[in-house]
Amino acid sequence: MSQTQSVAFVRDSMLPPEPPPTRASGAILWLRENLFSGPLNIALTLLGLGILWLLFSTLWPWLSHSVWNANSMAECRQIIAAAHGPDASGACFAVIKHRWNQFVFGFYPVDLYWRPVLAFGSLFLALAPVLFADNPRARRIVIGLAAVLTFLISAVLGANGVELGAMAVLLLAWVALIEARRDWALLATLIYPFLATWLLWGGTLWEPAMVLAGFVIGFFVWRALSAYGMFAFAAAVLVAAFWWLALSDIVARGIATVLPMRLTPVTSDQFGGFVLSITIGVAGIALSLPLGIILALARRSDLPVIKMMAVLFIEFIRGVPLITLLFVASLLLNYFLPPGTNFDIILRVIIMVTLFASAYMAEVIRGGLAALPKGQYEAADALGLDYWKAQRLVILPQALKISIPGIVSTFIGMFKDTTLVVFVGLFDPLKAMSDTIRASFEWKGAYWEPYIFVGSIFFILCFGMSRYSMHLERRLKRDHR
Amino acid sequence: MVDYPGAASPPFRLSMLIYDRRYRSLTIQAVVFIGVMLLASWLIDNTLRNLAIMGKTLSFDFLFRRAGYDIPQQLIPYTSDDTHLRATIVGLLNTLQVSILGCISATVVGVVVGVLRLSNNWLIARLMTVYVEVFRNIPLLLWILVILAIFTETMPPPNAYRGENPAASMVMFDMIAPTNRYTAVPSIGMSNPPGVIALGREGISWALIAYAVVLAAAYVAHRLLRKRAKRIQDATGRRPSTLWISLALYLVPVALLTWYFGLHLVPPVLKGFNFAEGLNLDNAFVVLWLALTLYTGAFIAEIVRAGIMSVSKGQTEAAYALGLRPRRTMSLVVLPQALRVIIPPLISQYLNLTKNSSLAIAVGYMDLRGTLGGTTLNQTGREMEAMVLMMGIYLLLSLIISGGMNVFNSRVKLKER
Amino acid sequence: MKKTALFGSVTALALAATGAMAAEGDTLKEVKARGVLNCGVNTGLVGFAAPDANGNWTGFDVAFCKAVAAAVLGDATKVKYVPTTGQTRFTALSSGEIDLLARNSTWTFQRDTDLKLDFIGVNYYDGQGFMVRKDLGVSSAKELDGATICIQTGTTTELNLADYFKANNMTYQPVNIDSNAEGEQQYMAAACDAYTTDASGLAATRAAFADPENHIILPEIISKEPLGPAVRHGDNNWGDIARWTLYALLAAEEYGVTSANIDELAKSSQNPEVQRLLGSSDDLGKMLGLDAEWAKRAIKAQGNYGEIFAATIGEQTPIGLARGLNAQWTQGGLMYAMPFR
Repeated sequence: MSQTQSVAFVRDSMLPPEPPPTRASGAILWLRENLFSGPLNIALTLLGLGILWLLFSTLWPWLSHSVWNANSMAECRQIIAAAHGPDASGACFAVIKHRWNQFVFGFYPVDLYWRPVLAFGSLFLALAPVLFADNPRARRIVIGLAAVLTFLISAVLGANGVELGAMAVLLLAWVALIEARRDWALLATLIYPFLATWLLWGGTLWEPAMVLAGFVIGFFVWRALSAYGMFAFAAAVLVAAFWWLALSDIVARGIATVLPMRLTPVTSDQFGGFVLSITIGVAGIALSLPLGIILALARRSDLPVIKMMAVLFIEFIRGVPLITLLFVASLLLNYFLPPGTNFDIILRVIIMVTLFASAYMAEVIRGGLAALPKGQYEAADALGLDYWKAQRLVILPQALKISIPGIVSTFIGMFKDTTLVVFVGLFDPLKAMSDTIRASFEWKGAYWEPYIFVGSIFFILCFGMSRYSMHLERRLKRDHR
Repeated sequence: MVDYPGAASPPFRLSMLIYDRRYRSLTIQAVVFIGVMLLASWLIDNTLRNLAIMGKTLSFDFLFRRAGYDIPQQLIPYTSDDTHLRATIVGLLNTLQVSILGCISATVVGVVVGVLRLSNNWLIARLMTVYVEVFRNIPLLLWILVILAIFTETMPPPNAYRGENPAASMVMFDMIAPTNRYTAVPSIGMSNPPGVIALGREGISWALIAYAVVLAAAYVAHRLLRKRAKRIQDATGRRPSTLWISLALYLVPVALLTWYFGLHLVPPVLKGFNFAEGLNLDNAFVVLWLALTLYTGAFIAEIVRAGIMSVSKGQTEAAYALGLRPRRTMSLVVLPQALRVIIPPLISQYLNLTKNSSLAIAVGYMDLRGTLGGTTLNQTGREMEAMVLMMGIYLLLSLIISGGMNVFNSRVKLKER
Repeated sequence: MKKTALFGSVTALALAATGAMAAEGDTLKEVKARGVLNCGVNTGLVGFAAPDANGNWTGFDVAFCKAVAAAVLGDATKVKYVPTTGQTRFTALSSGEIDLLARNSTWTFQRDTDLKLDFIGVNYYDGQGFMVRKDLGVSSAKELDGATICIQTGTTTELNLADYFKANNMTYQPVNIDSNAEGEQQYMAAACDAYTTDASGLAATRAAFADPENHIILPEIISKEPLGPAVRHGDNNWGDIARWTLYALLAAEEYGVTSANIDELAKSSQNPEVQRLLGSSDDLGKMLGLDAEWAKRAIKAQGNYGEIFAATIGEQTPIGLARGLNAQWTQGGLMYAMPFR
């Protein structure tokens, strides 16, 4: 620099004007600005191109030699060798085509495939009134697609006429309900978990129905006694507990003798593949959200004992790996229960996954609660709302809105973690199913194809969830402006 | 529950336990406390009865019995004659090893990728986005299995390096031999070894201590040098260049020590079935480390990106307006503010990585779960004790990590005045 | 509040009481009430226990589960197979998740005493061996010094391996694997020089290879591995049922009772031992808490011991195991059923 400077970092004379920038436009400008704007950028671009080339050159020959029709790995290799020379390697996606039903349905009885399809298809119907509450176009697309696809897939998978008929009636009625009476549709959403349980595990409808009845009874007791405040809640819990422990079995059996409503029972060891993952994932998501909210509120509570317990629980769960909790579910849970009790391994895993996710959920929601301006709490108090009303009407709607990204990423994390159930002997799609299929004589040595298939499905589901949460975030953000 | 002074408190009645807000909170807590205690005592009672039925007692004696199994990856000497306790410690050290190295490398990957995602380079930004999305949305277990498969299926076995005309050849000047069992890398040999301090069965080389002392001294000298530079800058406004002197401070003594001890690389040699002489980095470890790094790195990249984006552009512009150069703008203005946003989620990523290291089960890396929660548990049949101990250790690890990072966090936190 | 606490404690007490009323350790009653036998099996070892494409479990160990289910419940299909790994099997049994463990597990002193298991017999006499590829040029386990060896964690083989190499003053590099499928993958990719497990397992694994002729099982058998089904310690009656079901299968072979001729023999056999076995005379089943035809059903389910062996792992199957030590004692083997009397 030629000009005089009195202080090192202050310039006191003008620089000579620069010539105007050269005008350029079109692809060359874009390339120069975005890829080759300086030595560092050029190097980076070349590096990027190198990576792309490396990926392409290793993967493309393999993928382009894919074989989709074969009955064994050996046959695949023969076909590839015949078509592309003896040294060519190629993907053998025939294993997916041959065993896709195990990746998706595990060992679920073949003629009952329509039941998980219906259970997961109607999940969209159950969620539509909640997720697309104020976007009728998206809602109609989703429920329309879900209903039609559920029906078609079930038909293709060999559901019989009676089943298809009942399914059509159910789906149509539900769609009509969602479009006509939204508040009633929400009630149907609450019933959904019990319907799905019945569809997945079979047995008589009345067992899940009686569990549901316990909630209904509890709710009515609470409503009837609501004048008594705390007593009402305690009474509702006790009555519901009494119902579940003493009466529900007898009543269920009684009704079942009159009107069986039985589906072929499917035991938990027949679950596997994505049906297992989605069952655990969806149940965990549905249960961990309310539990997480309660834990978050407890952790921010003014009552020291409750706060302490919430902190202990959350920190304990967050401090240990999920895998150890799953081992507890499979190895130790029976120790903690009365001698002789033994309940379903999937249920045990769901409980553990729920506890695990709810601790994370609690922390996410606590973040949302903390981010809320103090004025909101004070305003709710000033309106004279009691604790629960203030939470329900003022605090939680805002706090949950803030925490949506965190909540969804917890969901995604949990869904991915469902693959860990392989370590307690359940047939997850990723490892246990692939191992089982590889154990057979035909498909020995099929490593990459199952991973690619399962990985893509996980990617689609998780990526979809994260995109939806971003969409939701953007939409809700706009409201604040 | 503020008690207003002056408001005469009415005499206590039993019904106030429910209707008076001041007492009601006590009631609720008492009920919850009693309920939880009842539940806990019920669970403990069940456990004791179950154990009694099975004829087992709770005892940690098994920790002092002979373990009898071998551990492929060990940081401290261990043989099958050692106790289960030592096996547990070996496992714990393995967990710590992969966690610490994983945290470091994941942070490096995360920061680089997070910054590159914001780069002006269209291609690189897109590539990094693809990397982040792909790794975040696919289960870690799959990455571990895929990377394991890549290592075992595509790398040559050690005996491919054998013979006149081997099928595989070593890379990097015949120094590194990647195989499907381990990556054989050179070890460090000394032609003039200064001896070892024996600490039980482990030993610390004097050379290591010498390096540590020299580096510490260089650091102190470097600090003094910078202080002096700052003094001069404050006085004259010009900062003398310290770079070369600092480099020399570090490098010269290290080079001297290296020359004195005669440090050199010992390349791995194929002997019998396997490579010897060099250092064999076990694939189980490398695979787990890579998978944890790439997976957690993708999450950290998002955190870093969000952190940098949270610093408004005005801050950078203001720094430029003050005449700060881009590097100083980054280190003095942008990073301190971004760190405030970055640190808390980063802590939970470190915790996640540590806990995810228990997926070592999928590659046969003998971490804490593999030794205490795996073989030891199974050979001794002490599932209750082993699980309790293991969960306790993991809990302690998590508390230590989050405690340490919280201290760091409170240092970078915005000091509100 | 008092009332709530009272109710709470009453509920807890009631729960505890129902728990106490559930019979303690009466596995037979539990299984009958449940209507299903929970049987712990391997996660997938062709020949011993593996699910096929439809999820039907087949194999040598599975056949024993079926026999017990047939004896106890009268229906060989009333079995829930719980896949267990080497690490989870014993805990699954002692925690009550499974009633019976039929997962080629070695009968050892420590497992019998300290782990509180009861091995009810031996259904396969095995020994630990090594499999290597032929082109490795190794013909004896003594030449494996410095080799990398794939080993399933949590098994007795892991301990034997450590002992064997120590005793012979050799070193090795273990590669720990969790399941047979993983072991196969690693071994096939030559990530380990040798794969070690029970010789039967090696044969089963080798049989499943595309090129079994390129792999050899080394002659050294470094350990005794008496494999047998196990039950929880402390429930002797249930242990008796499992034990005598096994003996019934063995005795059936000894006396020539097969699934094909069993109905006929039950009516016409003059051999008093066969009569007692099949419940035609003396009601032995009653002493076990079962009915008279328990053994008949057990044998009918999958055939006698010899039939099961031949159908799952015998020389006619791809596994191709010879009877060897597992022949009847009358044929020079070790299989010896205690007398039904």
